[in-house]
Amino acid sequence: MIRRFLAVAVAVVALLTFGAVTQAAKYGPGASDKEIKIGNINPYSGPASAYGVIGRAIGAYFKTINEQGGINGRMINFISYDDGYSPPKAVEQARRLVEQDEVLLIFQSLGTPSNSAIHKYMNAKQVPQLFVATGATKWGDPKNFPWTMGWQPNYQTEGQIYAQYLLKNKPDAKIGILYQNDDYGKDLLKGFHDGLGAAGRKLIVLEQTYEVADPTIDSQMANLKNSGADTFLNITTPKFAAQAIKKSAETGWKPLHLLNNVGASIGSVLVPAGLENAQGLITVAYAKDYADPQWANDPGMLAWKAWMQKYNPEGNLNDASNIYGYNAAQTMVQVLKQCGDDLTRENIMRQAANLKDLELPLLLPGIKINTSPTDFYPIQSEQLARFEGKAWKLFGEVIKVD
Amino acid sequence: MDRTTASQGNPAAGAARGGLFARHGSALLLLAVIVLACAAPFLISNYRIFQLTLAFGYAVALLGLNMLTGYNGQISLGHGAFFAIGAYVTAVLIDKAGMHYALTIPIAGVVCLAVGFLFGLPALRLEGLYLALATFALGLAVPQLLKYKYIEEWTGGVQGIVLIKPNAPFGLPLNPDQWLYFVSLFVMLVMFWAGYNILRGRVGRAMVAIRDHHTAAETMGINTALYKSLTFGVSALYTGVAGALSAIAIQFVAPDSFNIFLSISFLVGVVVGGLASIGGAVFGALFIVFIPNIAEGISKAAPWAIYGVMLILCMYVLPTGVMGLARIGMYRLRARRLRGKRA
Amino acid sequence: MDAFLQQVVAGLATGGIYASVALALVMIYQATEHVNFAQGEMAMFSTYIAWSLVNAGLPYWVAFVATLAFSFVAGVLVERLIVRPVEDAPVLTVVVVFIGLLVFFNSLAGWIFSYLIKPFPSPFPVTPLKVGSVVLSMHSIGSIAVTLVVLTLLFLFFRYTSLGLAMRAAAQNPVSSRLVGIRVGWMLALGWGLAGAVGAVAGMMVAPVVFLEPNMMSGILLYAFAAALLGGITSPGGAVVGGFTVGVLENLIGTYVPFVGNELKLTVALVIIIGVLVVRPSGFFGQVIVKRV
Repeated sequence: MIRRFLAVAVAVVALLTFGAVTQAAKYGPGASDKEIKIGNINPYSGPASAYGVIGRAIGAYFKTINEQGGINGRMINFISYDDGYSPPKAVEQARRLVEQDEVLLIFQSLGTPSNSAIHKYMNAKQVPQLFVATGATKWGDPKNFPWTMGWQPNYQTEGQIYAQYLLKNKPDAKIGILYQNDDYGKDLLKGFHDGLGAAGRKLIVLEQTYEVADPTIDSQMANLKNSGADTFLNITTPKFAAQAIKKSAETGWKPLHLLNNVGASIGSVLVPAGLENAQGLITVAYAKDYADPQWANDPGMLAWKAWMQKYNPEGNLNDASNIYGYNAAQTMVQVLKQCGDDLTRENIMRQAANLKDLELPLLLPGIKINTSPTDFYPIQSEQLARFEGKAWKLFGEVIKVD
Repeated sequence: MDRTTASQGNPAAGAARGGLFARHGSALLLLAVIVLACAAPFLISNYRIFQLTLAFGYAVALLGLNMLTGYNGQISLGHGAFFAIGAYVTAVLIDKAGMHYALTIPIAGVVCLAVGFLFGLPALRLEGLYLALATFALGLAVPQLLKYKYIEEWTGGVQGIVLIKPNAPFGLPLNPDQWLYFVSLFVMLVMFWAGYNILRGRVGRAMVAIRDHHTAAETMGINTALYKSLTFGVSALYTGVAGALSAIAIQFVAPDSFNIFLSISFLVGVVVGGLASIGGAVFGALFIVFIPNIAEGISKAAPWAIYGVMLILCMYVLPTGVMGLARIGMYRLRARRLRGKRA
Repeated sequence: MDAFLQQVVAGLATGGIYASVALALVMIYQATEHVNFAQGEMAMFSTYIAWSLVNAGLPYWVAFVATLAFSFVAGVLVERLIVRPVEDAPVLTVVVVFIGLLVFFNSLAGWIFSYLIKPFPSPFPVTPLKVGSVVLSMHSIGSIAVTLVVLTLLFLFFRYTSLGLAMRAAAQNPVSSRLVGIRVGWMLALGWGLAGAVGAVAGMMVAPVVFLEPNMMSGILLYAFAAALLGGITSPGGAVVGGFTVGVLENLIGTYVPFVGNELKLTVALVIIIGVLVVRPSGFFGQVIVKRV
């Protein structure tokens, strides 16, 4: 009798233990049965406050997910702090998120200086610094910094695509370049230089820089026109991109105008600059543009618009940052879904490095997100587009740069 | 500047009569605060320790600015420049020359002393608004210079320089955050003690005399040119040392860390803490470290709008800063005590 | 030669922008003996009001005048409600209040109107004027003309009207002014109102060139400040001359000085300005104040 009782008891205990072990969820700091704490650092004040829109868009998207039941039953607790685009403040906020709020990971921290400041700290503490919101090339270095990963196509890739386009289509171009004198501008320029190669570099007749604090770039544009350049590589942010387009038209300078992706939004740049002045502009793109008529009836775009109106009504539909944040947040959600019940920091990075052919509704058709333990560049494909009429007409193939 | 009272700037205003506490009250209070500060790192989280370490650095910078603006009446809207120079001297020496971090702090101070003095010389001819513009220009120029491509090899250009936080020496049972807290606290106390002595003595009185009545000071035989330039130099030295401390604490320097808003924050900190006061530097530092976070907590949509409102309200309530209010309170207390004795 | 002329012309155009904002700074200094660091942000906010009116369908000049009126009233209100409580406080306390106003207006504009850049209409014809190969935009010429008109009006107002005289007196010697019967408080408020209106004009002339956004004025304010001091903070004419000088200087340095190019042109321009101030501490046309000891 007792022996039978004992046998059953042992069996029951064994079953329960076995069940507990196989069904046990694994949690790192910030994760539990109920919630997943995700940290974020964005510039809500200071010179880059325009990009604070991204943090708000991400917050709104996570709210949507929570209302739909969360991820595997867990609610996302999105904690976002302001760093004012100042590296010391970014360090302070990162420490607050990791040590005080004990978040599981930091997602989409914005700005190269801020991310550079916390780069070593995050890797030393072994906290994921995931899908950082900057296109600097140095974030895809899994060997030395296994806890950091970028998201958007990096600037050097973009520069190389422009270089290759010119070498193929206009090998005798006389190139004039305008670039912002900071890490982003210099990074894109480096990609362009590398893509041209030593021989191609001789095609550059003039390079001009500007600072974000400069009121206008009229002087630089005058110099570029006078240099006799017939090709213009425009590495500027929205305000200066619009000024450059307008000035170029005003002074009657009509070069082959390559406009970088950051300054290519129809609603925020081309409309203020004047659509008639933007004809023939060339850029590379990886995401859909709301103001582009070719996506007016695209189901992904319509869904996004409905989402904006319901969950992010203060956001401006013409602000490309709202599409950017939406795309990035969807990537994060995919990683979390793939994690299942193993919500440790190691698994977050493992799943982030395990995205295979992920397509998002607002990425251009043919652009897929791919990562692997040796490839920490999620989006590496872009497509050239030319502005005709009111839209960016895609042409050529989807280019994937390694 | 002639709206400030002449009695501001006398840090050693103690009662001549009274018991132990009345005579040494401020000294005992100071001792209590220092003891508390030494105990704190074992009671609070690493993150808070880090914030206080930053505050100590800013306090030294604010004392430097206060010497120049509060005691000597020379306005500066560009002290972020000296902070940046101090930080970069430290970073370059540690990163490129492998120097021990403790050595870099006095070197940063000396470099800034020289730069400040040299800047103070042509600035002698400028007063009030014009000096403000000159210092504003300095505050804007230094970050630009730091990005300059011809010195990129040393300064790291826009990418900046990454440093490693030092560990506690001799195997002391302190984590790097705690060790750095004590280093910063020690440096702050030394600088404050030196500042107290400078400002209490002849030099301090000369500085205040120059501020309050330039021509009279000159007539009385004070070499105003020398004192003004020296004050600039010393003020820069303090701010440079502060920059060095902060570079080690944050482990990163980049031109973007030292924009013009830093210089403006310093000025705000000095005014909020109280012009021509040593203790005010500490309050000002706490203000610039903690208030922006509070403002952000109130409104994520427009944090600076809240910060602006808080600044304005602060000025209504404390037009002479925290220390100004404390001084008024002390005068009233003393007056009441005297009245009580007479009656 | 053509390149040089084009740079000079571009410099004059940008200089016109600096001149108009410098004029607002001098205006407020003449009326209150304070430099209002928030002037740029208030001008930017006024321009947003103008933009809203134009967007709502009002014709440009109606919106222009309405904005002037609004800015005037806003300036008066800011002085009466926000600056008055610290009127007698030390100078630096007032400076901190101005800094508070600066960040407040900047953040408020970003919150209400978003950070997307907005085109702002220009009342001048669009087709540029071509002289040889040098291109002049009609808007630049027009806004310089507007600035000069405002300058003349201000000059006449301060020099030849009793109200202008009263304002100057109230700023320079409030005690004596009260004794003579001038309502000093209201003179200061009036000064702020006028400065607000001048600032609004500056903003509406600037925005078509640089595009309207909350940080529109931050870069300009520094140059305007330098221009105002270069010309002498007490001289409206000096502010305008200073503005053009700074604009042209900046462009020429950026283009023609080797090793500096555009990367350090701000630094070099400021060094030159400070050099000038060291030689002439009150600026080109400023009053040298001789104090009795």
